[in-house]
Order: sequence, then C-alpha cells, then structure tokens
Amino acid sequence: MKVRIHVSLKPGVLDPQGRAVHHALDGLGFSGVEDVRIGRLVELEVADTTTDEALAEMCEKLLANTVIENYRIEKVAA
Amino acid sequence: MRAAVITFPGSNCDRDMAVAIEQVSGKAPIRVWHGDADLPDGLDFIALPGGFSYGDYLRSGAMAANSPIMRSVVAAAGRGVPVLGVCNGFQVLTEAGLLPGALMRNAGQTFVCRTVALSVENGESLFTRGYGAGASIRIPVAHHDGNFFADEATLDRLEGEGRVAFRYGEAVNGSQRDIAGVLNEAGNVLGMMPHPERAIEDAQGGSDGRAMFESIFANLAVA
Repeated sequence: MKVRIHVSLKPGVLDPQGRAVHHALDGLGFSGVEDVRIGRLVELEVADTTTDEALAEMCEKLLANTVIENYRIEKVAA
Repeated sequence: MRAAVITFPGSNCDRDMAVAIEQVSGKAPIRVWHGDADLPDGLDFIALPGGFSYGDYLRSGAMAANSPIMRSVVAAAGRGVPVLGVCNGFQVLTEAGLLPGALMRNAGQTFVCRTVALSVENGESLFTRGYGAGASIRIPVAHHDGNFFADEATLDRLEGEGRVAFRYGEAVNGSQRDIAGVLNEAGNVLGMMPHPERAIEDAQGGSDGRAMFESIFANLAVA
C-alpha cells in the first residue's frame, strides 16, 4: 500500500522559506499570489496490514514535529 | 566528576566540547557514540554538541533524537543528571521532548556565524550561577536553524517559571521573544544555540563561556 504523508507548517508559524519563494514569484511577474507555505511530502510503501494507528504514530513520533507542523495521511489506491 | 560528550554522525563540535570540559574541570570527558545503547555509569554531566547530526535530514536533530543513546539520555535527565545541549544539541533536546518548542530556519534565511551579545535571564540555574541575573556576555553563534518557536502559552509559561536562561541582545535569527536558551521544568536540562565551548579562553576571542562550565562543575563539587 502506498501512503503519502503531507506535512505542513501550522497556521501562524512563520515560514521564511515560503516568504522568500513568494518574493521570487513576485519578481518573476506572477501577480495575485497571496501566500506561499512550504511543506514536505513523505511517500511510504507499507504492508497492507499497516493500521491507521501505526501510521499516525509514525507521524507523531518522527515524520512531523507537532510543535510546529500538521500532518495529513493519504492512502493512495494502487 | 564524570562527564560524557555524545557524538552523533555529523556532530562537529564534540571535540571542542570535550576540550572545554577538560580545560575547566581538569578531567577529560568520556566520549560516547550515538549507537551505544547505554551511558557509562555514574555520570555527573552529559553534553550534546553542535553539528549537523544525520545531515539535518527530515528536521535538524530529528534523527539524532531517536538514536539509541537518546533513550538513556532522557532517562538520565529524568534522574536529575545535568544535560547541556548546544546548537544541534539544543535541536536534539527539543526533538527528544526534553525541552519545549522547536528550532526553525533562521528568519533571515541565512546561516548566522558571529559573536553575539546575550543577556543572562536566569542567573540562578546550575548552568548560569556564575554569571548572575542580568549579566551581559558575548558568545559565538553558528547556525542555520536557530529560530526558537513555541506557542504563546508555552512562551508565557517559560517566562513565568524563569526557564528562559539566555536572551539575545541583538537581532540574530528571529527567535520568539529573542530566546537563546531554555531550561526544562526541573532546571537540570539546558538547551542553547550559542556555543559557550567556543569561548573558554581569550585566544578564542573571548572567555565568557567559561563561567557556564565553572557553574556546572562547582555545583557538582558541592553535591
């Protein structure tokens, strides 16, 4: 089973990288970009028997830092 | 006095830390590898050095926080053994849950490498007694991810409990409330981005870091 873990900064947490990319997009002439936030995508290939609880634990313990980040678990149809 | 310095793959200030400990205490610390499951018995002090453990993969300090030796460090901290994390060591301590908050990319996006002014906010901890509250000192920083973040409630609690050990005296990395170093609730774990081990003698450009090691070891002699 393929699982995608989407890790994103929590709302309100300043994202200096996103801000720099926002400025770069402005510089390229793309108007109307109101905000840029940069996150991380982790793709896992796991046994089909892997439980939702185990996936959540992987996120809580390692894949995301829940002080500053949210995560979303997406199971991808084979 | 038995001290240990933990080395992770990618640590690069472990030797500096060991030299500083030996110069101030007169005794060389035990060097411990990250893959060891157990710490040496009877430790009085544990130092987590700066560097780029595991290449900063995933997040700075995240992989090291889950290495075998950290389970023993967490247990030792729980027993009251003084633990100092400098720079990457601070990142490891937050990732391991021994300290609150997180160290994010510097607000200015650049690596900051210079000597900065710090004010000692808590002059009574076992790490900072030698300075006294309100002291102004100069210690080098060298980091890309030193931007301390915690939610407002956590920041208020840290301030209220006297757990902000050091504050920057100038703009450095965008840290919330200019926090440069924090203590755990029991006061035996300190994480800080500046490098006191790089300011032990005047030949290094300053010796303001020396009093921190003197504080730690003086406390041990009394205990």
